[in-house]
Amino acid sequence: MKLNRRRFLLGTALAGGALLVGYAASRPSRQSLANENHAAQGQTFLTTWLRIDPDNQVTVIVPHSEMGQGVLTSLPMMAADELDADWNLVRVEQAPVDDLFANDVLIKGFAASMGFSVPALLDRGMDALTLKAAEIMNMQITGGSSSVRFTGEMGMRTAGAAARQMLVRAAAEQWQVREDEIQVANSVISHPGSNRTATFGEMAALAATYEPPRSPVLKRPEQFTLMGRSLPRVDIPAKVDGTAQFGIDARPEGMLYAAVTTAPVFGGQLQRVENIDAVMQRRGVVRVVELEDAVAVVADNYWRASEALKQLVPHFTSTEHDQRSSADIFAEYDAALESGERNEDVAVGDASGALQSAASVVDASYRVPYLAHAAMEPMNCTVHFANGRCEVWTGTQDNLGIRGQVASAAGLDETEVTVHPFYLGGGFGRRLPTSTNTIIQATQIARQFDVPVQTLWSREEDTRHDYYRPAVASRFRAGFDNDGKLIAWENAYIGKNEPAEAAHIAYQIPNQKIDYVESPTHVPFGAWRSVAHSQHTFFLESFTDELAWQQQRDPLQFRLDYLSDKPRHQRVLREAASRAGWNTPPQAGRARGIALQESFGSIVAEVAEVSLTEAGEVKVEKVVCAIDCGRVVHPDNAASQVESGIIYGLTAALYGQITIEEGKVKESNFHDYPMLHLAQSPEIEVIILETEGAPVGGLGEPATPPIAAAVTNALYALTGQRVRELPLRHYQFLPTPEERGANRA
Amino acid sequence: MIELTINGQQHSLDIEPEMPLLWALRNELGLTGTKFGCGIAACGACTVHVDGRAVRSCVTPVSAVQNTNVTTIEGLAHSATSHSAGQSSVSAARTDVQNAWIEHQIPQCGYCQSGMIMAVSALLDSQPDANEEAIKNSLSNVCRCGTYPRISRAVRDLIAARQASRSQEETV
Repeated sequence: MKLNRRRFLLGTALAGGALLVGYAASRPSRQSLANENHAAQGQTFLTTWLRIDPDNQVTVIVPHSEMGQGVLTSLPMMAADELDADWNLVRVEQAPVDDLFANDVLIKGFAASMGFSVPALLDRGMDALTLKAAEIMNMQITGGSSSVRFTGEMGMRTAGAAARQMLVRAAAEQWQVREDEIQVANSVISHPGSNRTATFGEMAALAATYEPPRSPVLKRPEQFTLMGRSLPRVDIPAKVDGTAQFGIDARPEGMLYAAVTTAPVFGGQLQRVENIDAVMQRRGVVRVVELEDAVAVVADNYWRASEALKQLVPHFTSTEHDQRSSADIFAEYDAALESGERNEDVAVGDASGALQSAASVVDASYRVPYLAHAAMEPMNCTVHFANGRCEVWTGTQDNLGIRGQVASAAGLDETEVTVHPFYLGGGFGRRLPTSTNTIIQATQIARQFDVPVQTLWSREEDTRHDYYRPAVASRFRAGFDNDGKLIAWENAYIGKNEPAEAAHIAYQIPNQKIDYVESPTHVPFGAWRSVAHSQHTFFLESFTDELAWQQQRDPLQFRLDYLSDKPRHQRVLREAASRAGWNTPPQAGRARGIALQESFGSIVAEVAEVSLTEAGEVKVEKVVCAIDCGRVVHPDNAASQVESGIIYGLTAALYGQITIEEGKVKESNFHDYPMLHLAQSPEIEVIILETEGAPVGGLGEPATPPIAAAVTNALYALTGQRVRELPLRHYQFLPTPEERGANRA
Repeated sequence: MIELTINGQQHSLDIEPEMPLLWALRNELGLTGTKFGCGIAACGACTVHVDGRAVRSCVTPVSAVQNTNVTTIEGLAHSATSHSAGQSSVSAARTDVQNAWIEHQIPQCGYCQSGMIMAVSALLDSQPDANEEAIKNSLSNVCRCGTYPRISRAVRDLIAARQASRSQEETV
């Protein structure tokens, strides 16, 4: 199939009588965008398409990347359900990257619709819109747990419903019957009164002559036939027999391989390279490529390139950060928190006044280290320059964004760059268009060749040149009145990041002062699964636990008391606690801890049950997670994402630490940046809750934030030792003399 | 010349004897199902079978596997047909382990799963009497998507199914 972008905009008819629904449904022009910037509903068509061919096949084109979150299954389910298509006749295609967003206004239009889709943003003016558009210019982005809740809910469903309405209208016209007498099921349109039936394919040509409805009626949940079912994921069979193609598997003809060493200290520049002559003598070596901050060996086999690279001796410039360590960075953070300029995040009531009059005050300081993503597929990108154009083969969280980045690095127009999408061997934020050092490098290297070159980073290079989850420090003070009521919450933390609300608290406390202080470092940072929630939830939920214990209160009941206006939060807490047996003591030598967080539209509570090994190391025995994601599209995949989010967060809590030493990253590979294995993996029970009428929430990220605090809170219950700094592998725990087995005071 | 037998096919390769098997597979033979993850045998993404034993191909020089039978994920179903026989609803193109991976909807990003399936297959074959706990403790492959809870369940089912199949054979 060849999608013709322009025709797509001008009409819905394609050669061969196919019906195509997508962009055409909203047709935003410069005028209409300006005039109708509150018409969020219709504009959400911008993301999504589906095509019906005369042979009755429905093709759903997915504008998101598959990185294991099941988006190639869940999004087509949403379109097919509204269309009443037979799932066996539905095909899935990754959105092509060429010619999709050639019109700059379309990009803004899509961004606008995304922005306007969030009710809180409805009242913002056009300037905010344009800003939002600029921020998310590259409109095939996969991140922010957004695929199902935005693209699916607002795009896929609408496209399916619109196509269905057009097919019904076509049947009514052809059969000369009323539209409301027509039924649709399993890709068949029927009129029981006259006993006539037609397939989608048979009606597609006529349907394609109509203007798509702007706001087609969507199904009510009780009418769903596909949504809410755990259909087998379409990408899995290829992932058990070795045929699934990842970026690293791209094999364009004549391809060479590049192995790279980048300046170990961030900001260092390549000065000179020794041993080039010797390296050029090695078998298979084609060229040594010197870049601004890196050197590459290009050879006919990656192993030959990588062995040759070891023989090169690159020299890099010194930088002002050459002596900087993690300890220095944390000292800078402490100084900034003491005397740096404070920026207001939240101010409610009079926190400092309330703290002064408080009957008791609790304070604590927390911090977490840098973290690398460590996606299993090492970073790679294959690029071929030929005939004034360039082709790119890679797995990325934003195909269009990467096209733009490559075009910019290559000095080409975006239309001169073709991106071939691949599966991602892990994303987690590392493959976002804000984190493209590998892509840029691959472009610069390949530019010097007329054959394709695959730039492939070693695990060491990946560990040492990531865009890290930032190291963060956070300080708290809280005050209780004479009745033990929490009246003041004061928090100052380093570095405002996304999402903006990550350090905000759900608890009702009348006086709150939350500030942040900027203390920039030379270490690149980026989005790491759940972004700023990953650190702040550890801080907030650990400190909340401290407050509960200080008042000798049950940590669950203490939380519930301050959430009386948030029934969904209370419900996930109660469900997780109840399923974890919170009110019955755990077996001897174990304890439980609880933590809560709302993120990316979903509310999550997790209870961890822990014990200690003979060496005094923590063993997480079991995790119970209750998540309210509004409504669930694919329950089994939702559970998968929750399990995944917990393991990802638990790995970080137990082991994760990137250390800066002499300006560079000390860790290099899985031996010193360890990963959780099957043997340490706890039993995980997932409870998925829905709330009628609530918007669909995200699933890829929200389970990650609470796990660290759930575990450390359990450790406190077990040992009396409060963990205020991660990772846990640096601690040796000893049970308290009385062998506290209970999780409550 | 290096003589290799891979998935039953013989190959004569003009490559260095010290080249790791991983790079011979991926770069010389185009068998990309075996994955590069760490290069130091720490993650298991590159696991293949050498005469039925799980081996990390990123640190195994090709010279060490001459005169052996190497099986990669691409050839697993062919080499292991004896194990898939007798399983209900088993596709002839997949082993019982691969089918369990689909039944339990295990892979997410899927990058580590070739190695995971090769490692689990070898463990179940070489330790037919091992229990789930023993398999879990022996499996040191890394999955960053955290599919471990599902792998546990699949391994439990596989052990039970193979035991049932064996006791059936004994009765017959």
